[in-house]
Amino acid sequence: MLSNGPRRPAILQQTLKGGATHLAESMASRFSYTLDSSLESVSKVEEAAEHLAQKSGMDDDTAFQFTMAVREAAVNAVLHGNAYDPQKKITAVFENNGKALIVRISDQGKGLDPATLPDPTAPENLLSGSGRGIFLIRSFMDEVHFKLLHPGTELTLIKNLASTQNSA
Amino acid sequence: MSMKISTRQVDGVTILDLSGRITLGEGSVQLRDAVRDLLSKGQKRILLNLGQVNYIDSSGIGELVSAFTTVRNQGGELKLLNLTKKVHDLLQITKLYTVFDVSDDEAHAIASFSRA
Repeated sequence: MLSNGPRRPAILQQTLKGGATHLAESMASRFSYTLDSSLESVSKVEEAAEHLAQKSGMDDDTAFQFTMAVREAAVNAVLHGNAYDPQKKITAVFENNGKALIVRISDQGKGLDPATLPDPTAPENLLSGSGRGIFLIRSFMDEVHFKLLHPGTELTLIKNLASTQNSA
Repeated sequence: MSMKISTRQVDGVTILDLSGRITLGEGSVQLRDAVRDLLSKGQKRILLNLGQVNYIDSSGIGELVSAFTTVRNQGGELKLLNLTKKVHDLLQITKLYTVFDVSDDEAHAIASFSRA
């Protein structure tokens, strides 16, 4: 299932060279996975997100929200993006740059246009049996970016770290 | 950890005691099957005890909504009991908290079902 990764810790050389911050090498981390389009992969991504959140020092509620948002993004990639296609992979890149946790989840599906997503809290959609994943991701993250790939979609999720938190 | 469901009857109401995770895959499917099974037996007063549900994802939330509408469309009632803080917060965020009839008191919840 795991075709590469985890690769950790790969130090953020660009940040260190730039000198804008004074991160110790041990305080930054980046690792990635390339995974099958399966529920097992969703669990793997969820575990990695939980691990990253715990190491960052964020409080339990924030860690829960971060982990849930990442899990929803993985579900989206596996279910709606790749549609469980065994020929297609998802990739998940996790990064702690000392200021934020950044997660990029990509799939090889048809591509998702966020402008087409209905608001699940609108009265006419409230009783829908689906369509809340992206909404929850947006609710729990500080920034969410969509990038169309060819093929597929990449979601970038950013959760800022409080200044008092450990950035390990 | 997957979800476990046990069933009991109290004063004409079927209580499903759920524990674990209601997520895409097993948990959501189990809940759907359990509710369909009850409806097929004519048991249309259903109380979902979520006191031991420690995690629910967007799929699980969707399944709760689908169960609610399915039961209602068949002339029944589905209500929620003992939400954990996490589930409560998720229903608030998704604006579903006011859609469901939610209680923290089992006896009160059972008494609230219509007896028509």
